[in-house]
Amino acid sequence: MKKKISPARLVFLIFDVLIMLFVAFMCFVPVWHLIMSSMSDPTALNAHRGFLFLPAKNIDLTAYKIIMKYKKLWSAYRNTILYILSTCGLTAVLTTLSGYIFSRKRFYFRNAFMMLISFTMLFNGGMIPTYMVIRRVGLLDSPLSMVIPGALTVFNIIIMRTSMENVPSELEDAARIDGASDLKVLFVVILPLCKATFTVIMLFTAVYKWNDYFSGLLYLPTKSEYYPLQMVLRQILITAKIDLTSTSNDVQNAASLYAKEIEYACIVVSTLPILCLYPFVQKYFVTGMTLGAVKS
Amino acid sequence: MKEKKKDHGNKSRKKGQEKELGYITGGGLRALPHNLAVDIKRNKVLYVILVIILAYFAVFNYAPMVGLLMAFQKYQPVKGLFGSKWIGLTNFEQFFSGPFFLRLLRNTVVIGLLDLAVNFTAPILFALLLNEIRQRHFKKTVQTISYMPYFISSVVAASLIITFTKSGGIISNMLVPFTGGESENLLNGTKYFRAVYILSGTWQGLGYGSIIYLSALSSVDQELYDAARVDGAGYWKQCLHVTIPGISSMIIMMFIMRMGNVFSVGADKILLLYNASNYEVSDVINTYVYRLGLQDKNYGMSTAVGLFNSIIGTVLLFTSNYVLKKTTDTSMF
Repeated sequence: MKKKISPARLVFLIFDVLIMLFVAFMCFVPVWHLIMSSMSDPTALNAHRGFLFLPAKNIDLTAYKIIMKYKKLWSAYRNTILYILSTCGLTAVLTTLSGYIFSRKRFYFRNAFMMLISFTMLFNGGMIPTYMVIRRVGLLDSPLSMVIPGALTVFNIIIMRTSMENVPSELEDAARIDGASDLKVLFVVILPLCKATFTVIMLFTAVYKWNDYFSGLLYLPTKSEYYPLQMVLRQILITAKIDLTSTSNDVQNAASLYAKEIEYACIVVSTLPILCLYPFVQKYFVTGMTLGAVKS
Repeated sequence: MKEKKKDHGNKSRKKGQEKELGYITGGGLRALPHNLAVDIKRNKVLYVILVIILAYFAVFNYAPMVGLLMAFQKYQPVKGLFGSKWIGLTNFEQFFSGPFFLRLLRNTVVIGLLDLAVNFTAPILFALLLNEIRQRHFKKTVQTISYMPYFISSVVAASLIITFTKSGGIISNMLVPFTGGESENLLNGTKYFRAVYILSGTWQGLGYGSIIYLSALSSVDQELYDAARVDGAGYWKQCLHVTIPGISSMIIMMFIMRMGNVFSVGADKILLLYNASNYEVSDVINTYVYRLGLQDKNYGMSTAVGLFNSIIGTVLLFTSNYVLKKTTDTSMF
């Protein structure tokens, strides 16, 4: 790399690097500010203007101690994890099976049925009719409403099908000669070769479920004990304040003093796990985005 | 018919064996019921699965489409879809002549188009700029950090936006020189809502949106660059004549997809951010559908409004697809 760099190029590169640093700074600092604020001294935090790079005054973990006792947050945490696990399970089974069926060339009406379900990608009933159907089939106010709707999507079927179509048919023929049944061929021969697509679908489903509050808002109107994490966060952060009526007086006093820190601490415990995980799985997101764009 | 037969059975199967399996080779459509019956018998499990999948789509995707009929009814949940009174287009008429129609339409179009203009182009620019940097570790680090806001849920992001932009919040404080002397609540009132909404969208989607362009950029043929260099093209010319054409089909695809979404501007994020003081600029069709349907329980009219919205969305999608197909030869379908 001993090429000469022209002055114009140099100026451009310097600006380019500066812009990139600015973007990285803007993406990172609010999150860092949040973490630092959550462990700051309340009076020092109130006096502080601008972003915090270190905890104001000294490290103060009172807010975390308070939210440790906030059962609603933790049960919502558990709910969300259960929803993610069960949705992923259901998605895995349904998407794999449908991908397999629609990748079979000998399947009658394959294209007709594929068109029929692809149509739902272009047009759908919308919020209220869907809500009515959920209500009609008895899923309203049931934890299953957080799992079943949306577990099977055309988009996932299409990328799964494409990936299965690319498995060489010789492998399947060999298994068939050995007497393997359809399901055995699928799970033993084909699925292991579609691991990348499968992982991508699982990850997208998990992240979607983790961030989803809207289906909780729509389908769990009265059962707040089934709320996913994001709905409880919405209550704490946006609509109302943390509800600590069940706890003792001095906890309540501390809570009002630490109100801001408590909000931040709730955000940190609910966001940090995913922020620590995503750098390790980001390559799958790259694959997933590319797959999606090519297929659609 | 012979083609179909070939597809249907195993390729190496001989004629004698075919008979044994029970399929009829000739006969065209008339043989279909018979062949289908044989096929179902042979692949019971697969057909059972097929029925489950079709049932799933029937319930969760097609039943709501039938439910769209509510738009033409004075829908009452007790009476159901078949017992409610049919009122023709009254719901639509009421919506079009209602006090909010123009405001909702304007807000939806303005926010949708602003979002398209800023948040569709920003990731492309970001990808192009990042691509110019050859230092691999720096590039990788910036890229990874830039995805971070995407993984912050919309609830948390909205609460951050609210905290940062309220009076005394960090962003409000920074903007004091521009807003005139005092740190004001940027989300209160009509002045800054759109800017806050769009720019926070940029913050969340910039890195993630650029993934697709960066991967397209990395597959642009390096020889094209060499050739351009031999022809005396500078970096700017290379970018203009090699890089951008290399990702243009991706850009067009993404554009068509976004066009279809202009009218579906996020009910979820606006619902979290807006308040009565800024309805004038923040209330969009989707938020109105939500309030009308689930808060006021006016199901019929809410469905009508939603239907209007999704028809426009679909029309936009097909139109932009058609126009781009004619002009650039790239299209989604």
